[in-house]
Order: sequence, then structure tokens, then C-alpha cells
Amino acid sequence: MQTSHRTIFLSTILAMFLAPGVAAAQNSGVASGYPVPKDDLTPQQRTGEGLYKRYCIGCHGLKGDGNGENAPYIDPKPRDFTLAQFKCRSTPTGTLPLDSDIISSMERGLRGSNMPSWLPLSGDNRQDLLAYIKTFSPRWKTEKPGTPIAIPPEPEVTADHLRAGQALFQKLECWKCHGVEGRGDGPSAATLTDSKDRPIVPYDFTEGHKFKCGKTDQDLYRIFMTGLDGTPMPSFADNVKPDEAWDLVFYLRTLQPMHTKEKAIAKQIGLKPINPEAAPAAAPQQQQQPEQQQQQQPPPQHTR
Amino acid sequence: MKAHYPVAGSLALLLILALGLLYSTRSVSAAAEGKITGTIKLDGTPAHQRPIDMSKEPNCQKAHAGHPVTTETVVTGPNNTLQYVVVYISEGLPAAAASQVPSETPQWDQKGCQYIPHVMALDVNQHFKVTNSDPHSHNIHPIPKPGSANHEWNKSQPAGAAPFDVSWPAQEVAIHVKCNIHPWMSGYMAVVKGPTATSDNNGSYTLSNVPPGNYTLTAWQETYGTQTQKVTVSAGAPAKADFTFKAK
Repeated sequence: MQTSHRTIFLSTILAMFLAPGVAAAQNSGVASGYPVPKDDLTPQQRTGEGLYKRYCIGCHGLKGDGNGENAPYIDPKPRDFTLAQFKCRSTPTGTLPLDSDIISSMERGLRGSNMPSWLPLSGDNRQDLLAYIKTFSPRWKTEKPGTPIAIPPEPEVTADHLRAGQALFQKLECWKCHGVEGRGDGPSAATLTDSKDRPIVPYDFTEGHKFKCGKTDQDLYRIFMTGLDGTPMPSFADNVKPDEAWDLVFYLRTLQPMHTKEKAIAKQIGLKPINPEAAPAAAPQQQQQPEQQQQQQPPPQHTR
Repeated sequence: MKAHYPVAGSLALLLILALGLLYSTRSVSAAAEGKITGTIKLDGTPAHQRPIDMSKEPNCQKAHAGHPVTTETVVTGPNNTLQYVVVYISEGLPAAAASQVPSETPQWDQKGCQYIPHVMALDVNQHFKVTNSDPHSHNIHPIPKPGSANHEWNKSQPAGAAPFDVSWPAQEVAIHVKCNIHPWMSGYMAVVKGPTATSDNNGSYTLSNVPPGNYTLTAWQETYGTQTQKVTVSAGAPAKADFTFKAK
């Protein structure tokens, strides 16, 4: 009897000593569902690692290489963070994006892919995730993000801008992939592959009002000036002047299904889809229309 | 007759001076720099080269009318010699020679929906020009290997666009270049430190400006991979190194 009392007494004392240790282990992550973090990470990266292993690992994988267990069933494939290559950037092709570019991709989600919006997480948590994502590639230690391309203020849409934009659409041969009406059915559409040789489709402008990298005119401007790295979509920054780029933005808006100012003007001036067989339309200066005629048209409802 | 002597004399003097100058500069450069030359051959039947259907780009189809273009994964010349093989010094080059960047700016042209040249050998940080001779757009899309210090970029170059100047910061043999608009377009840029060359349509190559020494030479072919051999370069005498690739 005495021995069993002594055992209980001793084990109680032992438990009193051990309990704080167990609690500490639970605080460090076990209880909250996070794996125990590596030693060489900063506190922010550790928090990010925990979040990553809870929310991102299924698609982006343990190593961040985009080979998570869901990856085989997903198209387009999850981003490979080991390359530090991102589609949605405000920086030139081949350079690292700004932090804000990645954060806004997390907030927005990537339309047309399995990447949802992560707005349900707190802003701090998105920053933690960003810090952890950057540990997958050494580029973040050796390089600085590129200089963001400057976007001049958006001018007022006019018929001349639309015509100039259409001429650019033809001259730059956007239609080779996106099709003459922007339906994503150009002659090169069927053979496109991404940088890992996986089939990829060009954007169909008639399918909605959102793009992979946003939905504003500025987002659209940025998409073709920076290019979507890792995809066939190149950067046009070397060959499109900042003001010309707005012309192209306006023309692209006429290809979309919703009612836009641009579409109304296009209808008014009877803008027809381009004809790739014909020579590109002459420069807009030579076929200028009286400005007043366009200005008089009240802009219809703008649903964007 | 006498009047001619001073003219003839000064001419002769000039000639001697000029020859002397030529000889002295030649002997200086020959003492400092050697050459490696050789021929690349293929043992066996070259891989079948598929004809390319360019009907989706009428300009290019017209440009090659009558002599359709084939793929260029293996290009052979007379006597089964191999073209477009990159030869470079992979070991033994003194740091000073390795860090020298040639001043010439090679051109990477897009013409008739092909890359000219199909394979280009470059020095690290050597500038080259990308041009478009076609009456339509191309997108130039080099894809370095994952983990390389060179980074992928993708730029559009419409008809008549100005050439642009680029360089690669790190050694890589070789960077694949493609055009997404014309999926048959395929080329390689081999970026190495020190002297390098690609074999011509007779399979021969010459590495110039090689200081005397013992080296390991590497030859790279896009389908058959790499081969290496040791070579010794002595002052004044060009070294010879031939390579033979085995057809798979």
C-alpha cells in the first residue's frame, strides 16, 4: 500500500515538473496545427511557414516547387516559387516583382486558375506568407526587384484612340494568339506552351471583365507592358510608347462582353474587327475625325 | 637614272620598316596567344530532321518556297561533319583570360522564321544584338535552366522594330530560345567564360586567343550532349582537337 502511495506521490511531482514543458511544446505549434519550424528562419518567416503548410502546401508543395499533391489535377499549374518568377508584376520582364505585386495576387486570387483570394487571412498573415515564400529562392537574397514601369495618367477615350489602338493590335500581332476578335483563337493559340513546355491558352477577352492580373485599366496596361513571365505573353515595353499603350488598352476594352465607354464609341464609328490579310490601318493622324462628334456622345453606363 | 635612287631607296626602307613592324607584332601575339582548331564528326546516321510546316506564317512559307526548312537538332555537312557544335575551355583557363570579354557584338537574327545563327556561342557579359528581319512579329523567349543565375525573359519584337542589346551574366551551355508565335523556332545561346566557337558547315572550329597551357576542352551538341578531351596549347603552334559524337 505504502509503495503505491509513494508512486502516486512521485508521479504527481514528476507531472508538475513536466507539465510546463508539454504546454510550451503545444504553444510552439503542435496545438495550433503548425509543424515545428526550422531554426534558421526569422520569426515572421516561421509564422509564414506555419501558414504555408496549412494553406498553400497542397498545391505549391513542401519545397515550394509547385508540385503539391493537388498539382497533377490543376491547370494552369501552381507557381514554382523556387524560380522566383511571377506572372503578375509591375516590374520589367525577367526581374523580381515588388512585394506589393505578390501581396495583391494573394488578395485578388488568380482568375482562371485554382488560386483563390486570400483576403480571409489577415494582412499581417499575408506578409508572413510573403516572407516565407521568399525563402524558396536565393534570388531574393542576391537581387533587387526591378524598377516598376511608369503608367502615365489615363487620357479620355476618343475614337482616334480606339483606331490607333486597333492599328497597334494589328501591328503588334496580338491577334496571332488572341484572335482577330480577342476570342483567344488566333493561328498560334493551339500550339502555345509555357516555359515548362506545358500547354497553355491565350486569354479570351470575350469571357469576362477580369484578367489574371487584375481588372482595372491600369492592370491591363501593366499586363502587356511587363509581359507574364513564364508564359508565352511577352513584354511590349520596348515597342509601345507610354501613350500608345493607353490606345491599346481602350481597344482591348471593346473586345470584352460588358458595356463600356470604349464599346459604345466603337459601335458609333462602326469599328470592324481587324483583317490580318490587309495592311495595318494607316496612322490615326491621317484619318482624324472631328473631335466634337465624339465628345457629344454621352458615355453609357460604365460597368467594369 | 641617278634621280631614281633616292625614291627607290626610300621605298625600300619603307617596305623594310613595314615588314619589320608586321613581323614584330605577329611574333608578339603568337608568343602570347595560341589557337585550338579541330573538326567535329558524327559516327552513325544523323537523327531524322522533320520538315517544318510554316503555312501558319505565309511570309515564311513564301520565303522558303521550293526548299522547305527542316528542324536543326542535328545538322551535318560533307563527310558527316557536325555543324552548330559549341566548343569551349571548361578547365584550366587562367582567371585573366577567362574574364576577358570580346568587344565584338554578335547578332541574333530572326529571319524566315528561323534563328540565324541556330546556335550562338557567347562570352559571359558579352553584348549581343537581337534583330528581326521578318515582315511580322516574333517574341524572343530565352529559357535558362531552373536555378541558373541567368533569368528568363520574353520580349515582343514587331516588324521593323529597333534591334535591342542584351547580355547574359552567367555561364550556361546552353540557353534554349523559343518563339511562342512560331513554335517550330528553336535556337540555343551558349554562354561561357573565355574563348569559344561553334563549328561551321564543314564541322571545323577555331578557338583563338588561347594562352599556352593545359586545358580540358568541352564540345556540346544539342541532341548528343557533351564530350571532353585534354589538350595542350604551346606558344606559336596551334593545337588540334577533333571530336566525334556517336549517333544515338
